[in-house]
Amino acid sequence: MTSTPAPPPRNRLLPVVTQILLGLGTLAITLLGLLLITFVIARVVPTDPVLSIVGERATEAQIAAIREKLGLDLPLWQQFFIYVWDAMRGDLGTSIKTGAPVASEIARYFPATLELATLGTIFGTLVGVPAGVLAATRPGSIADQIVRVVGLMGYSMPVFWLGLIGLLVFYGQLDWVSGPGRLDPTYDMMMEFTLTSYTGMILIDSALNGAWDVFGNAVSHIILPAGLLGYVSMAYISRMTRSFMMNELGQEYITTARVKGMPEWRVVWVHAMKNVAVPLITVIALSYAYLLEGSVLTETIFAWPGLGSYITDALFSADMPAVLGGTVVVGVVFVTLNMASDILYRLVDPRART
Amino acid sequence: MSLLEVRNLRVTFDTETGLVQAVRGVSFSLGHERLGIVGESGSGKTMTGRAVLRLIRPPGRIEADAMTFDGQDILHASEREMRALRGKRIGMVMQDPKYSLNPVMTVGRQLTEGLRLRDGLGRADATAKAIAALEAVQIRDPGRVMDAYPHELSGGMGQRVMIAMMLIPEPELLIADEPTSALDVTVQAEVLSILDRLVRDRGMGLIFISHDLRLVARFCDRVLVMHKGLVVEEIAASRLLDAKHPYTKGLLNCLPRIGGPRGPLPVLDRAGI
Repeated sequence: MTSTPAPPPRNRLLPVVTQILLGLGTLAITLLGLLLITFVIARVVPTDPVLSIVGERATEAQIAAIREKLGLDLPLWQQFFIYVWDAMRGDLGTSIKTGAPVASEIARYFPATLELATLGTIFGTLVGVPAGVLAATRPGSIADQIVRVVGLMGYSMPVFWLGLIGLLVFYGQLDWVSGPGRLDPTYDMMMEFTLTSYTGMILIDSALNGAWDVFGNAVSHIILPAGLLGYVSMAYISRMTRSFMMNELGQEYITTARVKGMPEWRVVWVHAMKNVAVPLITVIALSYAYLLEGSVLTETIFAWPGLGSYITDALFSADMPAVLGGTVVVGVVFVTLNMASDILYRLVDPRART
Repeated sequence: MSLLEVRNLRVTFDTETGLVQAVRGVSFSLGHERLGIVGESGSGKTMTGRAVLRLIRPPGRIEADAMTFDGQDILHASEREMRALRGKRIGMVMQDPKYSLNPVMTVGRQLTEGLRLRDGLGRADATAKAIAALEAVQIRDPGRVMDAYPHELSGGMGQRVMIAMMLIPEPELLIADEPTSALDVTVQAEVLSILDRLVRDRGMGLIFISHDLRLVARFCDRVLVMHKGLVVEEIAASRLLDAKHPYTKGLLNCLPRIGGPRGPLPVLDRAGI
């Protein structure tokens, strides 16, 4: 048998494109399911949207009029259809508390969370991955122990406590950073009235406006909560990186790379890292999604007007449309990130492309 | 002068349950010849091969009275000096290409990285050399294999890629650690004959590690029989049937012969060893 079977023809991107299309299909189905759940919840919970609008002294006629206006007199399946149609056009209902559209409120709150979670994830990854690699390449060493202990603290200490201590030390005592909130009040006014808003993320908007004083103030506000979230995700990412890396370093292809005389940095950071990246993408995406879903405690302590505080406030005032609108957004974020990590996964791992 | 000189090599692992001695004092010397190392699983043959490349990872430890390659002390050589030897002057082919090739790098990148990083060759030159190496191991469509990922190759092809990769820098010594054990029997012969021809043509020294006594006898000039970390017998391959040590005889007796008596095969008599 001297013939060598030829490998399959090469077109690396085609399967990825198919995957993206498939993923979008899954995305649509998942979101439909999510909308169904929030729709059912809205109809099941004992808060009457009509009553909360008209008040207790309304007449039968007034109640009926509002019911009709809200479409509550229609059959359930029609109501659901309208709900989905509205959601697709970006209409998530009207907040009971403020009377403003939920979608536009979330559009104001979500960028704050996005900014915070993104920065936190960047910190967590930039520190967590090298720390995990360091620990994995020298198991049992002092460096490994330090990474272990620091990571364990991130796992086990409650976020609210770390946040309070952080504020006490770095804001209260050392005065290295600014306190709660996204900006000092004066800069807040500036942001509101003189600068153009592009994204709702202050760091990006102020930079685009060239307002570097605002930018600097925003950095001094975000650095502590982002550092805190970064620490928590670093704890998780470094542990996972360590175990993935240990596993890969025990593989035979690592020996091959060493037999070829490759320097150790290349063995670890190219040969092993390319394989570690595959599961690590999922880990980082999940940790990012976790932070994006609104880190309620962190946002509360740092008076951060993000999605977490928004949903919590809405819950406490029984503002059902706001709660469910927030839930839908969280769901969309989660599903989208999952899909993104699926696609990245396939780009990195040739075995997953077939 | 011999190419490789090993005196009283010991490999120990400091595990939680105490010291494990994988290799307990192995000595041999090797010229530009083919040396077979045979033994059952756990006899220390693989560890002996890896110790020569100093590729035993902690908690494993390598000790020896002397270990020299071409006159150079490789027992005390720095890691940098070892890296210069590995790949360039000593190569190793491992058992299963499924695990010994990096699954997320194309064959081409794995073949050329040594040339590009170590020898500083340009992309075109490195690719040309890699394709020539694939042709030398009788791969018909080297351009396509260069672009393939390891999981897209069959076992036989993967092992040929591995051999090509190790032979690109034209090493003086090749360690082949069970290079055909993971392959189908039909492919085994083919890969072996490729290996045989390349080693012969280039006048390399070869350490052929296997558990298959017959295969080693056919393929090598000299055979070391290892058992429990020790060399129990060293014998010319042609005189294998005259082996004196009971363990070697036991191993030979375990092999069925075509046309031989069809009773139960004898097992190793471990009491006498």
